[in-house]
Amino acid sequence: MADLSRTAAIVGVAESDEIGTVPNKSSLQHHMEAAANALDDAGLSKSDVDGLFTAGYSTYMTGDYLGIKPRFTDSTTVGGSSFIIHIAHAVAAINAGWCEVALITHGQAGRSSRAPVPQDPIMPTLQYEIPYGFIGQPINYAMAATRYMHQYGEERTRQALAEIAVSTRKWALMNPKAAMKDPMTFDDYHNSRWIAWPFHLFDCCLVTDAGAAVVVTSAERARSTKKPPVWVLGAAESHDHLGISTMPDLTSTVSRHTGPAALSMAGLTHGDIDLAMIYDSFTYTVLITLEGLGFCGPGEGPDFVAGQRTAPGGDFPMNTSGGGLSYTHPGMYGIFLIIEAVRQLRGECGERQVPDCGISLVNGTGGALSSTGTVALARD
Amino acid sequence: MTQQPYSKPLPTPQPESDFYWEKTKEHELWLRSCNDCNQAYFYPRDICPICFSRDTTWVQASGKGTLHTFAIVHRAPTPAFRDDAPFVVAIVDLEEGPRMPTNLVEVEPDPSAIHVGMPVEVVFEDVTEEITLPKFKPAG
Repeated sequence: MADLSRTAAIVGVAESDEIGTVPNKSSLQHHMEAAANALDDAGLSKSDVDGLFTAGYSTYMTGDYLGIKPRFTDSTTVGGSSFIIHIAHAVAAINAGWCEVALITHGQAGRSSRAPVPQDPIMPTLQYEIPYGFIGQPINYAMAATRYMHQYGEERTRQALAEIAVSTRKWALMNPKAAMKDPMTFDDYHNSRWIAWPFHLFDCCLVTDAGAAVVVTSAERARSTKKPPVWVLGAAESHDHLGISTMPDLTSTVSRHTGPAALSMAGLTHGDIDLAMIYDSFTYTVLITLEGLGFCGPGEGPDFVAGQRTAPGGDFPMNTSGGGLSYTHPGMYGIFLIIEAVRQLRGECGERQVPDCGISLVNGTGGALSSTGTVALARD
Repeated sequence: MTQQPYSKPLPTPQPESDFYWEKTKEHELWLRSCNDCNQAYFYPRDICPICFSRDTTWVQASGKGTLHTFAIVHRAPTPAFRDDAPFVVAIVDLEEGPRMPTNLVEVEPDPSAIHVGMPVEVVFEDVTEEITLPKFKPAG
């Protein structure tokens, strides 16, 4: 494989104007606002964009809405990790000469949309899972968590999920854009209502209205943009099933492949990572992703996150935006991981800024624990 | 006496699964199995997802298995499931090898009554005239 490490950089990131509960805006409005804001962050304009990326929707729709006619187009949709994977595709496309300025957009009125997402009846899950009520990710992920508890112990798993929920909320309280504004105690976590046992309410991410966009460009172009470049050191992607019932091992995501591959491409080891941004659709997603990425071994996640180690002041800062659990999660969350990582690497995070944050590892998960994308990012 | 119409989602059988759904109507569970690597698999399709052989066949399953995992759904995912909550979604390891999604029925929806690894057996629910769903109950 060609060595593409440090050949492209993220030069613009932004959310849409308002995120959270935004009943007066469509999904495409969130795309538009985020795209305009991210290009402004980069000091670039629409006419600079020649590569267009999105998930969920096709770039047909966003290109038409924004008035962009791309030379390179990618609508890869593998759930919430898609936007992390688009980073890898943008790096490849830029290096191949297919485009020079890649705009990745996301927008979803996850909370306030007036229309449900249509489903194609050919999907095997509609025949074999949906009729039994395998509807919505809380139910699917809950079954995976039950299996983990069976293998590694119910009580220690439960405590780990609580540690993740509570520490993530602490970070959210330092992010003015986070949806959740109230502190969470361990008792609050344990007393929250059941959604799908073994998941409490506070094991589950928010459902918000939000958009986000990221601009990636070539190394050469990145030298002249408004903000300092954030380099893509490594990237990898994969998926291994569709519905939860065909997941090969319910306690292990394909982060076990994409994590080591991205680290290897970046020439990094775990000890180099200053900030972990881990997709937290559920507390459980974080637990098994830390294991998959190799920060600890299978079944060791509960020990790894013990004692609020991932909270502000802990020695393993993680999900400093407040995550999908407490900041925002419109349905597909991955792009927001990138935004926070870039802001931390630029030193823009104020009260929640991680000191000397030079390298971040970002992992997105999509579908029913189905896909993962990992990128390693660094400032100069 | 009129019956409530069935309002939960129903499968739309596809060409490769017509036989599966015809057999569930007869209260039989059939699986696809590979003649090359001799492994059964779920869901039904015309190629073995393990060894990629197209030499595959249908075999009748015993209907016995063990509980691979489960969850107890308290918040119904759609209004149609509201009267069922709490209910148990489950994935079962079939005796023949494959894993299949289902509901665990005829059991208290309580974690003290259900455990991973418990033996289960198939039951058939004729939910409409066209569709019968295979579900599982604790083995007697």
